[in-house]
Amino acid sequence: MKTTASVEPAAIGAAARARAALLPLEELNPADPQGFVDDTVGYVFERLRREDPVHRSHSPIPGIDTYWSVTRYRDIMQVDTSHGIYSSEDGITLMDFPPGDEQKLPMFIAMDPPKHDEQRKAVGPIVAPSNLNNWQGLIRERTAKVLDGLPRNETFNWVDKVSIELTTHMLATLFDFPLQDRRLLTHWSDMATSNKLTNPDAPEPEVRMAELRKMLEYFTRLWNERINAPPRTDLVSMLAHGPATRNMGPTEYMGNLILLIVGGNDTTRNSMTGGLLALHEHPQEMSKLRANPALIDSLVPEIIRWQTPLAYMRRSALVDTELGGKQIRKGDKLAMWYLSGNRDESAIPEPNRFIVDRERPRQHLSFGFGIHRCVGNRLAELQLKILWEEILRRFEVIEVVGKPTRIRSAFVRGFSDLPVRIPS
Amino acid sequence: MPKVTFVAFTGCVHTVEVPVGTTLMRAATDNRVPGIDGDCGGNCACATCHIYVDPIWSDRVGTRTATEEDMLNIVAEPRGNSRLACQIVLTDALNGLIVSLPEAQH
Repeated sequence: MKTTASVEPAAIGAAARARAALLPLEELNPADPQGFVDDTVGYVFERLRREDPVHRSHSPIPGIDTYWSVTRYRDIMQVDTSHGIYSSEDGITLMDFPPGDEQKLPMFIAMDPPKHDEQRKAVGPIVAPSNLNNWQGLIRERTAKVLDGLPRNETFNWVDKVSIELTTHMLATLFDFPLQDRRLLTHWSDMATSNKLTNPDAPEPEVRMAELRKMLEYFTRLWNERINAPPRTDLVSMLAHGPATRNMGPTEYMGNLILLIVGGNDTTRNSMTGGLLALHEHPQEMSKLRANPALIDSLVPEIIRWQTPLAYMRRSALVDTELGGKQIRKGDKLAMWYLSGNRDESAIPEPNRFIVDRERPRQHLSFGFGIHRCVGNRLAELQLKILWEEILRRFEVIEVVGKPTRIRSAFVRGFSDLPVRIPS
Repeated sequence: MPKVTFVAFTGCVHTVEVPVGTTLMRAATDNRVPGIDGDCGGNCACATCHIYVDPIWSDRVGTRTATEEDMLNIVAEPRGNSRLACQIVLTDALNGLIVSLPEAQH
């Protein structure tokens, strides 16, 4: 008997395409993580954008249940910029936890003004443009070291050896976290985003919370060190000394740490992998880039659009309202599918092509719009820019020698494995 | 056609002339004035067209909208004369307007 794993990817794609086309509309549920493992959710979005752009679905996953999918660029822009109508306070993913469940952590991405604004302002300066110049030399040095240490003539996992290594280095630098323990940050980031309900292989909720409590312990030690020292420019010191954040309780501290760790880790990590894969799948674009490395400036936002490392953000309606002709009731939850909006032909020309010299590459949704727009967007771009500059300088070719393995999540759109080989 | 002058963080000056009704953001991006991104295309949603209005022009430029006020909360180094260029529509009354740019956009 054949298992799913041995079915050819082409067959999986064709079956998913047929399913997306033939199923009754009400059965389309883009939050099904399988569509992300197979990378076939695009077929569902294609149909929804055309036939039912603001779409109500039911998910069999407990805690998700009924939700709206917002699939067009303009509707997403409208929801994202109307924070008075669509609240972030219930969290940023579709999963609801029972009231008082310790798994729901307070963090500023999941707050509305004015508290959101105060806490965001406390961490904003570390990734502000004027501060990025200070990081630039260090990022380049570390990127060069990682790339120079890569194996030659043998197959290795790009995700582990490059994407995780670089983003974890960066996070450790931002937190002034002991470098030798940096993989703990990756571990905690993976723990924070793991969810037993959507992924049977994920750890049990108790195990997850126990690991996150270890994270809190570790960071509480750092907090205590830094609060007793003069203010410095690392994130922990900024939180410990910032007027809006210095009185945070432990769960709020944990929530904001997770936000910054996941925000600075999963996202850029997967754009680092997704960019290599996209260029491998579009050899003409790679040739253009090799011929003119100045295109890195437009390559970077195009990678971020193409990958859309966070597939959606959730909002909850604060009042009865209307969106795209649909009646949204107070309390309803919505997913703004950035992944779908980034493929919306009514807003982005030729959205299904990866184009390194796209005319307006920055007008993508991946960072979100409105007051919750990604606080680390410029740092992410800087890391990717330096990575590609250093890659082009060193390697004539990086061969992708196998299929990527994608993460079982409808929220973090990413990879656990991309086998590559660099000839000597 | 109103003329408007952008003073870059480095002190570099760009003067452009645009039709009445153009936003200050488009005046910059359509004329390749560096330092203004306009990532959201003028929806007051990204805060990447942050500028400082020269004080002698403040009254004529007018006041911030509520959404703009919210978005100015996320820029680096906001000041009393901070505005988002996509929210300023150029008219003949603004002919000669001078604005300066932050070090970089958020």
